[in-house]
Amino acid sequence: MLDLQNLRKAFDDHIAVTDLSFNLQQGEVLGFLGQNGAGKSTTMRMVSGVLEPDSGDAVINGCSIVSARREAQSQIGYLPEGAPLYRDMTPVTFLRFMADAHGLSRSDRKNAVERVIADARIATVAGKQIAALSKGYRRRVGLAAALIHDPPVLLLDEPTDGLDPIQKRAVRALVARMAPDKAIVISTHTLDEVPAMCSRVIVIDQGRVVADDTPEALSKSKPGGLEEAFISLAESQEAETC
Amino acid sequence: MLSLDWRGTLTGIKAAWRREISAYFATPLAYVFIAIFLLVLGIFTWDLSRFFDTGAADLGPFFYWHPWLFMMFMPALAMRLWAEEASHGTSELLLSLPVNLTGLVIGKLLAAWTVAAMALVLTFPWWVTVNILGPADNAAIALTYFMSLIMAGAYLAIGAAVSALTRSAVLAFVSGVLVAFVLTAAGWPLVSGAVAEMFGASAGDAIAQFSFLTHFETAQRGVLELRGLVFFFGFIVLCVALNTLFVGHRRGGAQ
Repeated sequence: MLDLQNLRKAFDDHIAVTDLSFNLQQGEVLGFLGQNGAGKSTTMRMVSGVLEPDSGDAVINGCSIVSARREAQSQIGYLPEGAPLYRDMTPVTFLRFMADAHGLSRSDRKNAVERVIADARIATVAGKQIAALSKGYRRRVGLAAALIHDPPVLLLDEPTDGLDPIQKRAVRALVARMAPDKAIVISTHTLDEVPAMCSRVIVIDQGRVVADDTPEALSKSKPGGLEEAFISLAESQEAETC
Repeated sequence: MLSLDWRGTLTGIKAAWRREISAYFATPLAYVFIAIFLLVLGIFTWDLSRFFDTGAADLGPFFYWHPWLFMMFMPALAMRLWAEEASHGTSELLLSLPVNLTGLVIGKLLAAWTVAAMALVLTFPWWVTVNILGPADNAAIALTYFMSLIMAGAYLAIGAAVSALTRSAVLAFVSGVLVAFVLTAAGWPLVSGAVAEMFGASAGDAIAQFSFLTHFETAQRGVLELRGLVFFFGFIVLCVALNTLFVGHRRGGAQ
């Protein structure tokens, strides 16, 4: 459903992502981990069509992001880092805009907006201006926008950042409910979230994949569990670079 | 950059137009713009042009100021179109949508153009007034209004394209006004005359042909010239293409 093939991106002389390949099947929830600057967000941006890869490709449900960008983008729901939104709009008008941009008909738009408002649990703030919402609610509006066209592939960059424990639990439940029908990539710093949400983990460092396993297997590889495994992988890569 | 992906382009136009119209009217921006535009145009026509002293049923003194005011007001209307997308991080959202970029560019431009059209429509009391003063050439006035609207689109296209080059709306405004000033003043007799004196009459004529002022003056005489239409529409298409190019450049990693 999602096939990354030797993706590479450099900014001037800094290589952000290099030779990055993996694929994801329907029903898989991938925890995409890495230190700050490891290349997670750059990868997400390339897969979502925001950035053009220097080389390589991402094939989403059979559509290449390089040669058939619009078709590929219609297969993706993307929650960017920081969940940027139009602050002068209300969640309802913003979601209508997103539905329009995905080419939904008027009747489909109405149903889709109602569905995602319920899924993201934002009904109580649906008519308020986004600028007046808390960070947690804004994140959930961004999540609702990513789901508006019911895409088969979801790319969520820090989806639980800024959420309180109850909201986090709601997002986990939503991900679990959607998981059987979709391929989901979750980029996160919160390692506690990974076993709760993900069926697979990929750790990247300096733009390369350094581990690809289940959360359980990665946790068992070190006595300190997932956190120590993650730190160990990051440090070993730093040592190799030195 | 102007691709023939009609479905993606139309989807982009519709979505961007609705979004921008909502943005203009969700804040005081459009209302303030229209109010100040009408006030300043009124003062200039009434006071500086001494509209009622001419004793003629003619909107010439009113239309005279359009290029000069558009030069300031249209970049103000267009300055936030792309600069704010970059500064607020929402350009990432836009670039991830399955729409044609040209469609988004056209949709945003059309939204700003709609607000400009509303401002022009609200100047209708001037048209009514000249008809009260005496028999007016309403066909010529309608034609000049039409060309004024097209010219407003060209000024907006400059502002929108410049806005895609920066994250600062203020910088976009200042740069837009500068570009618009050059394209307006080139047809001013003072400038084209000076160029003609320095480089010859043909140079003066050539530079004047690139001015909005020159092509709008023809319409003010009640003449609809194909050349003027082609000039303004060609200019808008050029600016839309450049705007698309500038925004598309962000996909390469440029901020």
